[in-house]
Amino acid sequence: MARISGVDLPKHKRGEIGLTYIFGIGRSTAQNILTQSGISFDKKVEEWNDDELNKIRGIITEMKVEGALRSEVQLNIKRLVDINSYRGMRHRSGLPVRGQRTRTNCRTRKGKRKTVANKKKATKM
Amino acid sequence: MARSLKKGPYIPAHLEKKVVKMIESKKKTVIKTWARASMISPDFVGQTFAVHNGNKFIPVYVTENMVGHKFGEFAPTRTFRAHSGARKDESK
Repeated sequence: MARISGVDLPKHKRGEIGLTYIFGIGRSTAQNILTQSGISFDKKVEEWNDDELNKIRGIITEMKVEGALRSEVQLNIKRLVDINSYRGMRHRSGLPVRGQRTRTNCRTRKGKRKTVANKKKATKM
Repeated sequence: MARSLKKGPYIPAHLEKKVVKMIESKKKTVIKTWARASMISPDFVGQTFAVHNGNKFIPVYVTENMVGHKFGEFAPTRTFRAHSGARKDESK
């Protein structure tokens, strides 16, 4: 089983896809890694031999992935919050940071809908 | 989209002049400014600015971390008072 920087890669997927299971590696980075180490994108993760695996490991250890990357992102957010900037305030209140509308949508940031009991409508006479 | 590097950071001349004067005179007074779009340059660290938010001047003490941000980011223009439904929860 291929284990790179603390993540088990899925055996039966193509290398290009398998690598993206590591936080900080997307499709394009995965492709870069594979071309650098001279491995076909189509080769399955389980078909990599030790040599190839070590090559990939070597490239990835030089990059910022998983825990280190996660903590960097958190630190960046913390900085925004600490300096009391607008973006920091939005992070604090759990609302979208980049100026999206909040009248509707934004459910990813805001979480599940919290319905407020509707106000009584003024009855028409 | 980010500003073109060719132009350099946007810092209005009038504001820069005031800051340079302040540093020279070694006095610490609050600089009132309407230039919300102005970048905070490294020279501004340690100064206090009163940034206009359309209604009032919000005092902003510039720290090192703020360099590269703009003044407007630190003087919110909107006040959000909780929704009517949410207020009930607080009173509980």
